[in-house]
Amino acid sequence: MPTITTTIAMLEYDFMRNAFAAAGVAAVVSGLVGYFLVLRGQTFAGHALGHIGFAGATGAALIGMAPVWGLVGFTVAAGIAIGWLGERISGRDVAIGVVLALALGFGLLFLHYYTAFAAQATALLFGNVLAVDPFTILTLIGLGIVTLAALAAIMRPLLFLTLQPELAEAKGVPVRFVSTAFMAIVALAVSESAQIVGVLLVFALMVGPPATAQRLVTGLWSGMILSAALALAEAWLGIAMAYATDWPVSFCIALLSALGYCLSRGNWPARRSAAAQG
Amino acid sequence: MSVIAFDHVALGVGGRMVLRDVSCAIAPGEFIGVLGPNGAGKTTLFRAILGLIRPVAGSIRVFGRAPRRGDAAIGYLPQVRTLLPDLRVRGVDFIASSVRGERWGLPVHSRPERKVVAETLAAIGADELAERPLADMSGGERQRLLLAQALLGEPKLLLLDEPLISLDQRHQESAVELVRGFVRERGITVLFSAHELNQLIGVLDRVLYLGNGQAALGTVAEVMTAPVLSRLYDARIEVVRADGHIFVLSRGQNVERSDHQHDHSHGDAHAHHHHDHRHA
Repeated sequence: MPTITTTIAMLEYDFMRNAFAAAGVAAVVSGLVGYFLVLRGQTFAGHALGHIGFAGATGAALIGMAPVWGLVGFTVAAGIAIGWLGERISGRDVAIGVVLALALGFGLLFLHYYTAFAAQATALLFGNVLAVDPFTILTLIGLGIVTLAALAAIMRPLLFLTLQPELAEAKGVPVRFVSTAFMAIVALAVSESAQIVGVLLVFALMVGPPATAQRLVTGLWSGMILSAALALAEAWLGIAMAYATDWPVSFCIALLSALGYCLSRGNWPARRSAAAQG
Repeated sequence: MSVIAFDHVALGVGGRMVLRDVSCAIAPGEFIGVLGPNGAGKTTLFRAILGLIRPVAGSIRVFGRAPRRGDAAIGYLPQVRTLLPDLRVRGVDFIASSVRGERWGLPVHSRPERKVVAETLAAIGADELAERPLADMSGGERQRLLLAQALLGEPKLLLLDEPLISLDQRHQESAVELVRGFVRERGITVLFSAHELNQLIGVLDRVLYLGNGQAALGTVAEVMTAPVLSRLYDARIEVVRADGHIFVLSRGQNVERSDHQHDHSHGDAHAHHHHDHRHA
């Protein structure tokens, strides 16, 4: 792990400061949105949205747009579609899987026609946080504010709907609107997360930290805060680790995310005695 | 004035008529046991009272007005209770989520709201569940928690849809006692659906027995007779009284009990199953 001096040396580079800022914003957003994604058991939908975003990003590049807007546009549209259908279609994992494969296929097709973009394909798939520019950071902050504001607006009925769907319906929660709005929020968070770790590794920021947090604490607010804090810590430590080792940043973040989750699943003595009491 | 009044009500689900021409009135403070074979329309009846489905014909009055979704005066325990298997949320957060849970914004609760949650948990002896995650609770403990949340917010009418499912004999008895104690003190009207009359026999005021698209409301002595039940089951039924219990038999088989055995607590599946069965 880097000492204080190497930390200072690390922060002397613009690209490192940018990386920390971008990863920080995306991690907090992903950790908070991911908390509800894990609670609702919809992590697979989050994964699928990343893949769909890949087609959006490559498609946008093909028609001369900034990939990030193709990513946002496609994931939000797909999120709304999944949310709209989600409560109704049974076996939705299959439906999502089919759409996911199709989306990746389209992404490949767009790449095929826009060969100059191929070099950036890896960045899209696996992230390239060391290459973010200040404008991207502003975009991430703007998107992040919109995402968290929307989440805050629907959080109360979303939680009710998540924990007690039948009762929530009876009590007048607009079920379809809330679940669709949530999927659109997930789509925005996936777009943020994909800027850091790439579309294939959004799980590292959106699922690993909240799942770990839910293992460690059972309170609602403590869970949300811990999830965001873990995502932030794993993202920043991942960047520092990459700086020290020269490994890819996304690998380091994915590794820390998996490590955190595995540690939280462990059957530690303290947990065993707590379980014995209960 | 009656709490619930059905006037020639017909109810359908997905194009299939579940209840035809039901008329009945339920008075304040009554404890009604809602019985009948699977698919007879117990859940459909509750959903109509909650304003989630409209009658195909006739009119329903709840507290003297048309049912409306989200009526705070009704406490509800749904039959299909989707509980995510690995829900690591504390009991108290689970309960609190239903307190004005339909409002927009953050799930923060005022001090009085938190007090109501704590008091309700204490009232049914579930306060030790407050800090434990749902994933670590037994079926009986979860059921107690769900019962607590149906009792929240001083309801005047309670709709409890099969609250005894997945409970063993001892827990069934204590759950019935809990509800009885809670509602008697407060004069709450209860519709309590169950598979077997015997689970409720000492507690209920009247029975609402559903079957064959029809309903019979009356005291145990009025409803639990061979002619009435034969009409509702569309089969020859014998009613046997033994040791303070009542058994509903068809060709020597206990129909209430046998229904229970191939129960998979899913309303639709039952409805079709029973539908096919009847016409076979």
